[in-house]
Amino acid sequence: MVLFLNVLGACFSPCGRNVYISMPYVQTMLNENIAEVLAERQKEISVSEFFERNKHVLGFDSPVKSLITAVKEGVDNALDACEEAEILPDLTVEIRKVERNEYLIAIQDNGPGIVKRNIPKVFGQLLYGSRFHAIRQSRGQQGIGISGVVMYSQLTTGRPARILSKTAKKMAANEVFLSIDTKHNRPEVVKEDVVLWDETEHGTRVEVYIKGRLLKGRQSVYEYLRRTAIVNPHARIIYEEEGKKYIFERATDKLPKKTVEIRPHPYGVELGTLLKMLKHSKNRQINAFLMNEFSRVSARVAEDICSAAEIDPKKKPKEISTDEAKKLVNAMKKVKIMAPPSDCLSPIGAHLIKKGLRNVLDEYSPEYYVPPITREPAVYSGNPFQVEVGMVYGGNLPKDQQVEILRFANRVPLLYQQGACAITHAIERVKWKQYGLEQRSGKGIPAGPAIILVHVASTRVPFTSEAKEAVADIPEIIEEIDKGLKECARHLRLHIKKQEKKKKVRDKFEIVQKIIPEIAKKSAEIVGKPVPPIDKTITKIMGVLWVDYESKYAKGAFDAKITVINYMEKKAKFSLYAEIEKEDIASISPEGTPDGRGIRWELKLEPTESFEISLKLRGERGDYSDMELYTDGVNQVHVVGAEPLPGDWTLEKTKIVEVN
Amino acid sequence: MSAESLNAVKSLEEIAKKIYEDIDKGRIPSMDIPVRTKNNIVFDIKHGVWKYGKSFGQRSAKKLDGAYMLLRTLYMLDFIKDMIRENKSSTLREMYYISEGWKEGKFHAQDESNSLVEDLEIITRYMREDFKLRPEEDGARVIGNITIDEVNRKGIKKRINCRDDVGDSGYTVPYNVEKEKVSFVDLDADFVLAIETGGMFDRLVENGFDEKERAVLLHLKGQPARSTRRLLKRMNEELNLPVVVFTDGDPWSFRIFASVAYGAIKTAHLSEYLATPTAEFIGVTASDILNYELPTDKLNDRDVEALKAELSDPRFQTDFWISEIKAMLEIKKKAEQQALAKYGLNYVTDTYLPEKLQEMSII
Ligand SMILES: Nc1ncnc2c1ncn2[C@@H]1O[C@H](COP(=O)(O)OP(=O)(O)OP(=O)(O)O)[C@@H](O)[C@H]1O
Ligand SMILES: [Mg+2]
Repeated sequence: MVLFLNVLGACFSPCGRNVYISMPYVQTMLNENIAEVLAERQKEISVSEFFERNKHVLGFDSPVKSLITAVKEGVDNALDACEEAEILPDLTVEIRKVERNEYLIAIQDNGPGIVKRNIPKVFGQLLYGSRFHAIRQSRGQQGIGISGVVMYSQLTTGRPARILSKTAKKMAANEVFLSIDTKHNRPEVVKEDVVLWDETEHGTRVEVYIKGRLLKGRQSVYEYLRRTAIVNPHARIIYEEEGKKYIFERATDKLPKKTVEIRPHPYGVELGTLLKMLKHSKNRQINAFLMNEFSRVSARVAEDICSAAEIDPKKKPKEISTDEAKKLVNAMKKVKIMAPPSDCLSPIGAHLIKKGLRNVLDEYSPEYYVPPITREPAVYSGNPFQVEVGMVYGGNLPKDQQVEILRFANRVPLLYQQGACAITHAIERVKWKQYGLEQRSGKGIPAGPAIILVHVASTRVPFTSEAKEAVADIPEIIEEIDKGLKECARHLRLHIKKQEKKKKVRDKFEIVQKIIPEIAKKSAEIVGKPVPPIDKTITKIMGVLWVDYESKYAKGAFDAKITVINYMEKKAKFSLYAEIEKEDIASISPEGTPDGRGIRWELKLEPTESFEISLKLRGERGDYSDMELYTDGVNQVHVVGAEPLPGDWTLEKTKIVEVN
Repeated sequence: MSAESLNAVKSLEEIAKKIYEDIDKGRIPSMDIPVRTKNNIVFDIKHGVWKYGKSFGQRSAKKLDGAYMLLRTLYMLDFIKDMIRENKSSTLREMYYISEGWKEGKFHAQDESNSLVEDLEIITRYMREDFKLRPEEDGARVIGNITIDEVNRKGIKKRINCRDDVGDSGYTVPYNVEKEKVSFVDLDADFVLAIETGGMFDRLVENGFDEKERAVLLHLKGQPARSTRRLLKRMNEELNLPVVVFTDGDPWSFRIFASVAYGAIKTAHLSEYLATPTAEFIGVTASDILNYELPTDKLNDRDVEALKAELSDPRFQTDFWISEIKAMLEIKKKAEQQALAKYGLNYVTDTYLPEKLQEMSII
């Protein structure tokens, strides 16, 4: 890493906060002030040589992974750019084999485009980016992603990258072929032109040739894009692989909440950063510096920090020595400071997680989408973060395998290093048995027909390594994931319990409807007597008031049926309630009476008598795939398929509106 | 129709009558059957065998599986009644295929129908032969100087000497070995050696072990069929022949021995009729593996589980078995009979068996 730092440091002077450079090195070097000496010596090592040696650091450690990484860097940028410009992303990713082991990868977006003069730097110079200093949630952070891809392309195939970018409808597009002068980390424009490009009003297209291997499965480009689609339901992604076309339609037209940039929080600041901030500060006094350049530092707090560090609050920032700066860093951690603001974060939100999951997982026809959980923002070492958890259960998901874990950091799927990730560790800690999933020896990844999604959003996601593949085991983050998982798991348990109860009753149905009549007939035949009446036996076996809801969805409408059967030994007189938005009703028969949050029916049923209600309802997929049904006036222990009428039935449900 | 069969029909009808009345009186139909697991077998001192104990389970139409079983039972009763009336018989497998036509009452695997037949045997105290059902399992093979009369399918008694009148594969044991079918005429041997695998049986035959050591050799063919066990028991009781069991050295083979000597858990209702309590186990034991330094395989997880289950199986609660099972768990290894070939093809007949038979004072 020292090497990494110096080489890059030498070619990029206004080095911003860089989360991937491990800080202890920075400190050591600054302390001993040998950076210059080292830099001098190390300049001779070319960037390409460095890159060759360290390609795993950037995710190019295997032919399979290289393709995924290239796509990932392009897609991350495309989504970042669209969101920043508040454009609904329309992405196209193409992969085509051109030679043995050589692929053409194209990533195209409808983002704001890149002005011509910046194109060479964006794609041809490592550490050039717009997100260094930004403390906000974004995919890109270090300004190395896409130029790394160009560099790798050049190293493996020798071909230049082709960039096409257009910034407005009426403009022509700039076409630039460029390679990287690896010796000086400088872009080299091979050819440029102005061309007509009608495909999009504005946007960028990147084409690179890369040596790699295209595979299917858990770790593949397809899977990366599929997962990207889940947590980016506002994006439309078209993927063309060797002539085959996959379309991930957008599930919502709502852009994610735009994130606000925040100043660093004292709890998260490291010595290197602080020294740089002190050096460049325009503030005259250290207390003003603290108040203006950090978040949540009031005059009181600034004073407290200074006194804890035993530094004169009036001292000039530029005069603070390294030793004093160290004291300051320590003092900051001691003083009580409010948590950083969290509007720098943009969680996906429960509603959209569900939509995203449903959009992509429909092929499994899962039986249950657990209501996703978006935890309140929390903080680790001064960095705000937020955890979201979603879960999908049943249907055609494989029953006897480990559950699938979908890990995301800032809306970017994590495909590698599952075993090293805090998300996995949090999942392994939960006692899943009590929530209805198998878990051998009471710990580890549970087994069962489920998918668990965890999203960690932060201004600074702490990764275990520079390859950004796994979230580090930060106690605060694990704690939050744990809480989110358990919240979801509780819903899952309730669902499974309900299903089990239903299954029991369904079994009983089968018994009384199919088997008992047969047993009666056959036994009568053998003993040579008339077939005995079976009603009493039936009600003894069932002993329930059965309420069942079934629905079929097609094009914005539900065709649904409620069935009630009195399988008790006595006759039953009671009220049945169904929770339905009145404006969703197309037709209901028999009609019932509007009541509280839905409709009420008064029923009187003899033993084994049944009652049926047919409904046509308007709604989106999922809205009425299940229905809240309640009964009143009957002993609830006998009721299956309906809950006791809640006390707030008559209260109109407050509509939850997401506000920007 | 034989009196036995008539009575069998009557007791089958009792089952149907109980179910009919349950429904007629508005009850949930059910049927009581002894629990058929190792937790419900008890030692019968009089016969020296393990039989089912007193715990009964209820098969009731309250549960889905129970309801289906009741319906299947009724179909089976009806089928057996018809067969007895028409003086026909069928194999268990044929009945399984016939059940395809029993609508909701059909079976999904032959294990299910076989085990229901066993249930009926237990409840009625009749044997499946009385129900006109026979196994398709082919019986074992016998080679040795024993002469029997077998009534063949034409009703004619055939006299067979199991050494001189048979080919290399020996006399095949028919599925019915009762007196009216098979009777013993003459014998010139000192003991029966029951062998698990065909390979070992053939080895002993080729080496002339039957003549050299005056043995009747019997091939068990894995877990032995009822008729094999019944024949062993008859040879033991009627001819006073000691029975020695020779199997592979693994937990599954131990169970083969247990079913020969003490009765199988599945057929514990017939133990006094099928088990040979004086049968002795010769090997391969865990001690043999060590003493003879036999080539081995590692125990797999299922083997280990099986051994552990045997430690709590009442049939294995003797000092010999407890110490052998524990020893095997300790060395974590198992060995096949044929591993003895390590020392040459004659080793088993010249050294191993004579040594061990002497130890057991059989020869
Ligand atoms: N498709 C695009 N449309 C508009 N701007 C882009 C696009 N791709 C890249 N950029 C600009 O180029 C910069 C450099 O991109 P690059 O991927 O190298 O770094 P990054 O995204 O900032 O960080 P990271 O190294 O973590 O990916 C971005 O910060 C962004 O400003
Ligand atoms: Mg990037």
